[in-house]
Amino acid sequence: MTEKTGQASSYKTEALISDDIETYLAQHQNKELLRFITCGSVDDGKSTLIGRLLFDSKMIFEDQLAALEADSKKSGTQGQEIDFALLVDGLAAEREQGITIDVAYRFFATEKRKFIVADTPGHEQYTRNMVTGASTADAAVILVDARKGILVQTRRHSYLAHLLGIKNLILAVNKMDLIDFSQEIFDNIVEDYRKFANGIGIESFTAIPISGFRGDNITEAPSANTPWYDGPALIAHLENIPIAATAAQEKSFRMPVQWVNRPNLDFRGFSGLVSRGTIKPGDPVRIVPSGKSSAVKNIVTMDGMLDEAVAGQSITITLEDEVDCSRGDVIATAGDPPEVSDQFESTIVWMSDEALKPGRGYWLKLATQTVSATVHEPKYEINVNTMEHLAAKTLELNAIGVAEVHTDKPIVFEAYSESPELGGFILVDKITNATVAAGMLHFSLRRADNVHWQPTTIAREDHAFLKNQTPRVLWFTGLSGSGKSTIANEVEKSLNLMNRHTFLLDGDNVRHGLNKDLGFTEADRIENIRRVGEVAKLMTDAGLIVLTAFISPFRAERQMVREMLPDAEFIEIFVDTPLEVAEERDVKGLYKKARSGKLKNFTGIDSPYESPENPEIRVNTVEMTPAEAAEYIVHQIMPLK
Amino acid sequence: MTRILTHLERLEAEAIHIMREVMAEAQKPVMMYSVGKDSAVLLHLAKKAFYPSPPPFPLLHVDTTWKFKDMYALREKAAQDAGMELIIHQNAEAKERGINPFDHGPLHTDMWKTEGLKQALDLYSFDVAFGGARRDEEKSRAKERVFSFRTASHGWDPKNQRPELWNLYNAKKSKGESIRVFPISNWTELDIWQYIMAENIEIVPLYFAAPRPTYIHEGGLFMADDPERLEQVIGTKPDITTRSVRFRTLGCFPLTGAVESNASTLSEVVQEMLLTTTSERQGRVIDKDEGGAGMEKKKQEGYF
Repeated sequence: MTEKTGQASSYKTEALISDDIETYLAQHQNKELLRFITCGSVDDGKSTLIGRLLFDSKMIFEDQLAALEADSKKSGTQGQEIDFALLVDGLAAEREQGITIDVAYRFFATEKRKFIVADTPGHEQYTRNMVTGASTADAAVILVDARKGILVQTRRHSYLAHLLGIKNLILAVNKMDLIDFSQEIFDNIVEDYRKFANGIGIESFTAIPISGFRGDNITEAPSANTPWYDGPALIAHLENIPIAATAAQEKSFRMPVQWVNRPNLDFRGFSGLVSRGTIKPGDPVRIVPSGKSSAVKNIVTMDGMLDEAVAGQSITITLEDEVDCSRGDVIATAGDPPEVSDQFESTIVWMSDEALKPGRGYWLKLATQTVSATVHEPKYEINVNTMEHLAAKTLELNAIGVAEVHTDKPIVFEAYSESPELGGFILVDKITNATVAAGMLHFSLRRADNVHWQPTTIAREDHAFLKNQTPRVLWFTGLSGSGKSTIANEVEKSLNLMNRHTFLLDGDNVRHGLNKDLGFTEADRIENIRRVGEVAKLMTDAGLIVLTAFISPFRAERQMVREMLPDAEFIEIFVDTPLEVAEERDVKGLYKKARSGKLKNFTGIDSPYESPENPEIRVNTVEMTPAEAAEYIVHQIMPLK
Repeated sequence: MTRILTHLERLEAEAIHIMREVMAEAQKPVMMYSVGKDSAVLLHLAKKAFYPSPPPFPLLHVDTTWKFKDMYALREKAAQDAGMELIIHQNAEAKERGINPFDHGPLHTDMWKTEGLKQALDLYSFDVAFGGARRDEEKSRAKERVFSFRTASHGWDPKNQRPELWNLYNAKKSKGESIRVFPISNWTELDIWQYIMAENIEIVPLYFAAPRPTYIHEGGLFMADDPERLEQVIGTKPDITTRSVRFRTLGCFPLTGAVESNASTLSEVVQEMLLTTTSERQGRVIDKDEGGAGMEKKKQEGYF
């Protein structure tokens, strides 16, 4: 490297190493660990950048450098310069063809952190390799050639990184030396990227102008060539990115059991890697899926008992009670255990030459659970270059799609966005044993196909008879802020005074528990109403008068709930308040947020409200007070038996 | 209150997780044990992974009869301390034909190590073998999976490796296939030394400098661990000089280059390592065969 600009400093403080090794070692014994992925093709200078990081951190030794110089003359693409790509492309085929085929893992360290770099190929035919590298990364460095700007592959790499849940994206605009370090070109590329990134839901990214070849803004910023740049150098930025494993400590405890340790009859320990949360002796836990509860007795290690263990540690715990627990079970915080289901909606990345066969049985491995699973015909395939949804019958190599996955027995899971450890899975071909796909679970689906009705002796009439009332669902619908909850509450108070057995299901309350996994997309809103309808139906089966207060904006879903119930038991109450009035009230400040764009899919603003055409009861809250509206409603539903 | 785990804690947790996955899914695992520093770390991690049980698999040493005496001494002690069975395998054919590093060159590694390992795995029907290889050692290693599959004839097909996502390892194998598992794939040489220091792990004294009998052979500096045997094989008495030397890696003594050094403590060894300008495999003859692809080719043939 005769071209070294001089500003790329050594990450090793050589003076300290030679003068005071003990102090140096004490400082370096306790570094953090960050994993990141680099995406880009050979043309973007990815391998050169990694070579630069390794070289600057003295991870390349003289004998390797000598071999590299010889190799560069033989098959390098950089003329007389050292071709760092030859150093990172480890397989003979890669060196011969000058391309990266497989994921390579590289290591370097600074004073503060050790880095594991997953160096992944950029071409579309290696999508699976990039997904593999991205699955363990805390951050992604997306390389762009400053001369070319945002390309199709930039979008693909960003989409994949985002899909795998990488929160820290770095747009490294490389080869700045070849465009005379132009701020204007850099700014334009960043602006282009911002438009694209916002469109696919990437909330933030950090853009850095660099030259991997010359070393600009790699270790120190701004480089002499980019005085206009006021952000961090690449290394400095990587040193300060939050580590996912640390953030996971804040969540509820989860430990998938890997192995039961039984050296003798007196000891039964459960070994596993803590995927989330923290745990202490005495903490109440629940074993999922069995639901049995116990408490942690000890956290056992070869170095003695621990007072506490956190996400990212491999531990062995003993429990206070003799409960059944084996490989595949998850030990979790007693008050907040993960869900169990056998039907899911999932995004799937297909990784095999042999395409997906919908309906065929594959092994599904999720955490420490392995079950047989089938994948339905995809709902759609995603074009990784344009993000368009395409109709698909199957998924070919490198295709990404959304499909239903059914397992032959219930498994413990969490949404991937919530917990990659309990939401990410692989599919294994049962004949070849190859890993054919990776997937991310989004939510559980409920289907009645294989579920049979169990007859019960006490019928819904018997429940209602005892309560001396006719069960009903009083379904309040209307805009946010129309007064649904207030009026429903007044109605319930009146009915309670009349000794009626009631229950009020409130939209906000249900989203804290039953429906906390749902968002506000159209699909989630539909599911929200479907679940509430089912709960309301169960409650009417129990003989209750159920009041529900949900915006429930779509006619189709209100109709769906109406059809779940016997005739005349569904009473639709339209709380009719004009949008201007509701927005004027804005009790929860939501309209303000929606208008400023901070809240998406808000009914009345950027999501439609379909008014009831023939509601059983209509109340006008501009003319009536809530008490008057409630009195009117109670009067309308008389008699109660 | 969050606690930030150090890089060593996270590497340790990852290695333990990998070992437990193997234990849960393999039928008959074994741990390759070469007595070097990486093996020492691997063995220590196994003790931690299964504590209070002893590691529930045996140790396998594929012996070439040309290892350093100090290595043989520590081998027995380490297995005993861990409460593990020690299986020693020597390739009978190599022994009978008197295969040695001087007369037979690459054939020595092939017969004793590659063939010896294959024989041992077949003889005991081990389906999974733990190894202490690291991705920072050599460029084809950088692309090897943690779970590395070998065909029935123990070959490695780099273009047909299984993708490894998150911390999910697919341990399903077809009949005759075996798996080499590398729990310390993501460790660097410095991580190994730091961990040895932090955990106070016993290693072969040859890693520390001491006055030792040495000779020069074909430009390299070697230790005359067994001068009589050397004389028998080379035909002449090696010109032995006492020098203060140590070793960065350990293998067969006639194939493992010594470095002149005065580093006699762990800190000094690490200090030298950090200031050195050559890689640790620099003294190893094996990597230099077959041009740049020496290791990749050997692995395809079944080398560890």
